[in-house]
Amino acid sequence: MSDTTLTHARAETASGSPRRAFAWKGWIGLILPVILAIGLEWGVRAGWLEGRFTPPPSKIAGTLGELFASGEWFRHALATGWRVAIGFVFGAGAGIVLGTLSGAVPMIRRLIDPTIQALRAVPSIAWVPLFILWFGIFETSKITLIAVGVFFPVYLGVLGAVLSIDRKVIEVGRVFRLSKLETGRRILLPATLPALVTSLRAGLGLGWMFVVAAEIMGASEGLGFLLVDGQQVGRSDLIVSAILSFAFLGFLTDALLAAATRPYLRWRDDLSTAEKA
Amino acid sequence: MLKLDSVSRIFPGGQEALRNIVLELAQGEVVAMVGGSGCGKTTLLRLVAGLDAPSTGSIELDGADLHEPSADVGIIFQEPRLLPWLSVADNIAFGIAHLAREEREARVSRALLRIGLAGYETRWPRELSGGQAQRVAIARALVTQPKVLLLDEPFSALDAFTRASLHEHLLALWETDRVSLLIVTHDVDEAVTLADRIVVMQPKPGRIFTEIGVDLPRPRNRRSDEFHAVSRRVLDALDGSLTEGQSSAAPGKTETAAFWW
Repeated sequence: MSDTTLTHARAETASGSPRRAFAWKGWIGLILPVILAIGLEWGVRAGWLEGRFTPPPSKIAGTLGELFASGEWFRHALATGWRVAIGFVFGAGAGIVLGTLSGAVPMIRRLIDPTIQALRAVPSIAWVPLFILWFGIFETSKITLIAVGVFFPVYLGVLGAVLSIDRKVIEVGRVFRLSKLETGRRILLPATLPALVTSLRAGLGLGWMFVVAAEIMGASEGLGFLLVDGQQVGRSDLIVSAILSFAFLGFLTDALLAAATRPYLRWRDDLSTAEKA
Repeated sequence: MLKLDSVSRIFPGGQEALRNIVLELAQGEVVAMVGGSGCGKTTLLRLVAGLDAPSTGSIELDGADLHEPSADVGIIFQEPRLLPWLSVADNIAFGIAHLAREEREARVSRALLRIGLAGYETRWPRELSGGQAQRVAIARALVTQPKVLLLDEPFSALDAFTRASLHEHLLALWETDRVSLLIVTHDVDEAVTLADRIVVMQPKPGRIFTEIGVDLPRPRNRRSDEFHAVSRRVLDALDGSLTEGQSSAAPGKTETAAFWW
């Protein structure tokens, strides 16, 4: 960096340039959790709080460290992640196929959409007893529950996206004599992609929610199992460790999904691109 | 070339949009269609573009029936209708995806040069001004090398300066390509600036009221007396088209005609 830019930067800092102010504002969100963590740690050490119910951060860190060191964390996280992945693939796949068909073919929409909308009104957890009855208590019933959870937001998002494609853009395809298949690939797919990504992210979020429900119902491994285990042996630190793991994995997979699709969405003319520009 | 023979279009609701349209376009001819709202100008263009089918009559291009979109007929809509997810270059190449890569790239870069947007290849449509976007739309329609280019009020959303510059762009492209142009407009000056022949339409149902030849050399001076004389004739005809059945258009009614839309 040359001298001139240095002085320039200094001058900007001194006058409180917008960029510096923004960076500082980003950190402001950390104040509350840090105060909470310090307060918890102090409270337990001073004996105001009972550590058995409110685990201090040091204890949680220790538990997580043990889980990592023994490899237990990876075993549980892998089991949970695997269930989410399989359920997500099935649920999202069905949502994309049925949503597209329902959006593109009015006859199919009239046939299946009312039923799907009615099923959507059922709180998905309510299916659990039936799924256990049908598929047993092992993986199949869990994955089915997760797939059902993922299905609805994806179906709705894709259906809405297909229905809201601009007729004028379709007409451009007609003018250039695109076949049905080409229209799908060159117009339908890119036009619906932003909504598809949004609905996939919503579906993934629900997938993580439902894997907890599925594992609480009964599992011998998985992060949800850690939750139940922690409750039964009275270890709140284990419960909070599992909660933090869920938060981390949910955040990580969502960020990965967003990053993987971002290159295809750079063309958008909205706030998400304006931010970067 | 392009030949419309007793074309009519009655919509399923029973509304008669076009009645008995007879119109011919010679190779390289520029024809403008003007008329009040509801005279079926846009419907007519959609029929020629193959986006809609006539109820009776036939539309032929070089003897071949036009009943679906054809590679020989391009269309520019009122709005550019660029695909927002494609770069400028990919938008222009949209209709020539079947060509070999080198040919495609050569055509695109030549088109960009001709519309004065060389260097804009990788821009997104959202980064273009209204006039630039419409120029890209014109390039997209012309790279397929159609015989007829249809323009549906293509410059109506632009300001007067941009419009005038786009008229020049369009005429420059037309002079090298000698493509036939059929332009729908509600701007009489635009019609007189561009056209060899102006077709005045009459509404409800849409019919051809009269045709006015524009025998002025190009480039045309919008301030010349000859230009104004033609404009006046068109405005008089428009007036007449709206007061059919009453006495034919009287001179001196241009004041009201100026507000016919």
